[in-house]
Amino acid sequence: MIELSEVIKEYAGGVRALRGISLQVADGEQVAIVGPSGSGKTTMLTILGTLERPTSGRVEIEGTAIAEASDPALAGLRAHRIGFVFQSFHLQETMSVLDNVATGMLYMGLPLRERRRIARGALDRVGLSHRVDFRPRTLSGGERQRVAIARAVAKQPAILLADEPTGNLDSRSGAGVLELLHGLGLDGATLVLITHDAAVADTFPRRLHMRDGEIIEDEAA
Amino acid sequence: MTAVASEPRRDDHARLPPHELLGVALQGLATRKLRAALSALGIAIGIGAMVAVVGVSSSAQANLLSEIDQLGTNLLTVAPSQDALGNNASLPNTALAMIAGMRNVSSAAAVYQVSNVNVYRSALIPSEQTGGIGVDATSDNLPAVVGTSLASGHFLGSVASRYPEVVLGAGAAQNLDFHQADGNVMVYIGGHLFTVVGILKPVALDSTLDGQAFISLPIAEKYFREPDTPSEIYVRSGQNAVNGVANLLPATANPQDPSGLSVNRPSNVLEARAAAKGQFTTLLLGLGAVALLVGAIGIANIMVISVLERRGEIGLRRALGATRGHISAQFLAESALLAAIGGVAGLALGAGATDVYAVTKHEPFVIPSYALIAAPACGFVIGALAGLYPAMKAARLSPTEALRA
Ligand SMILES: Nc1ncnc2c1ncn2[C@@H]1O[C@H](COP(=O)(O)OP(=O)(O)O)[C@@H](O)[C@H]1O
Ligand SMILES: [Mg+2]
Repeated sequence: MIELSEVIKEYAGGVRALRGISLQVADGEQVAIVGPSGSGKTTMLTILGTLERPTSGRVEIEGTAIAEASDPALAGLRAHRIGFVFQSFHLQETMSVLDNVATGMLYMGLPLRERRRIARGALDRVGLSHRVDFRPRTLSGGERQRVAIARAVAKQPAILLADEPTGNLDSRSGAGVLELLHGLGLDGATLVLITHDAAVADTFPRRLHMRDGEIIEDEAA
Repeated sequence: MTAVASEPRRDDHARLPPHELLGVALQGLATRKLRAALSALGIAIGIGAMVAVVGVSSSAQANLLSEIDQLGTNLLTVAPSQDALGNNASLPNTALAMIAGMRNVSSAAAVYQVSNVNVYRSALIPSEQTGGIGVDATSDNLPAVVGTSLASGHFLGSVASRYPEVVLGAGAAQNLDFHQADGNVMVYIGGHLFTVVGILKPVALDSTLDGQAFISLPIAEKYFREPDTPSEIYVRSGQNAVNGVANLLPATANPQDPSGLSVNRPSNVLEARAAAKGQFTTLLLGLGAVALLVGAIGIANIMVISVLERRGEIGLRRALGATRGHISAQFLAESALLAAIGGVAGLALGAGATDVYAVTKHEPFVIPSYALIAAPACGFVIGALAGLYPAMKAARLSPTEALRA
């Protein structure tokens, strides 16, 4: 469950990236946040992902009030319940594909063997069983994003947050990644995806349109 | 059940157990091997220098102690001590026999100083140029008792008690420029011609004997009508009875006036010298410390750069559930591990230098056992200190800024 009320985020220097956002996303919902560049979408995602605290307003993620929670409590929330997928993948070139996915569960306290076992399963689900021992840079962009998705979903998070996951991909592999994300939604995870692309947003049952740090339209199909 | 086991834990704590932390740190170092090696080198040089200083002085000390062991620590000397007025007490003529008869005394030899007599190489040398060589009358067993042997020729014997024969101490022979005692060289002693029949090796336990010339007692009496009382008596005691014998020596040697005698254990002087050798050379240790400091600064520098370069990794780890503490622990561990590896390498370097020293000087190779622990531990602590600032910097990085990049 995601609940935001009157959330304002101001960056140092006075930039107001979010100007009073109120929002509820129910468990298992699939939501697209769509808007032009600079409208505050990524800022929104870092708030939803507990990586940043709002300047003011109330944020509650999975029953945890962000303002009062300690750094370890928020880290624990991210470790166990939130999966991230980034536009630029953020895979570590010094590790194999398998260990990149396994590292996604490092801070949950699972032993390495267990992490690798689960990682194999996750890579299987994204169709990359044949790439487990490869280095990320030897993979195509679409494959790399699928590795990142495997890393995010291996821990079976309650919330999956994706920031322009198709932004660096051609339309074919973008479509594949999108399909994959929708398919994983069958697990019951809440999916919040950020995009500037209306076509991508249109694949979602609910679309939040943002502009200048505000939600200008909450559109459900 | 497998279904349960495959379900990730759901107690919502972020964790990084120590073995995982170690793994993360090792991986961080392994991906930047050359850089890690170069920054560990600074620590290795500093610790290597210190280990070498400790190793070399320990080896020199061990060498001296083993020499002392060979010479024996059971030699005692008894001699008249000067009283407050500068008057010499004396050893009675009976002292040697009394001491030789003591329990736990295995052998004893006396020397009698022959005063006002000088040694010359020829009759033509003016009497002022004596070279400082004193003449002692003594018995045949003196070399055995003081722990020396002949470098050339033989010691005094039955012939020497009837004919003018002399044996020179090592220093005395050098002064007179004699290197061989083949019975063909003569010296003048108090106007009499003496045949040099032997040259002694240096007496490590009592180097004052090296400067002396030795003649037999009968000849000393016959030629110089002197002396009547011993100037010093050398005593070998049983190895486990040294202190007991030392305590009894004055009263045995002179029951009338035991307080006029002083007893010494020459090996004590050498042991004190060995202990002094074991003291580290402070200056060299200081240089090692400076090298260590430079190494520590190098590590801090590399870690700061590393934190900046790895902002993406730090942001990712935070997103994956690392606490600020986990991030700083990771960088601290990398830094400490790096320096600990440097410490181990330094230990090897220092041991190598000590080995070269020991082999060239023919001394035993000794590295004190504490150094085996101290070298890596030192590196670890220095690395942890050097990593403190970079680790705090890493923990304070905003994860979103790193992820936006
Ligand atoms: N760390 C930051 N410091 C200052 N301003 C920032 C920072 N991050 C983002 N901004 C500003 O906040 C606004 C929203 O940015 P962002 O959330 O990245 O938008 P979007 O993802 O929709 O492009 C922009 O004007 C951006 O310049
Ligand atoms: Mg953005």
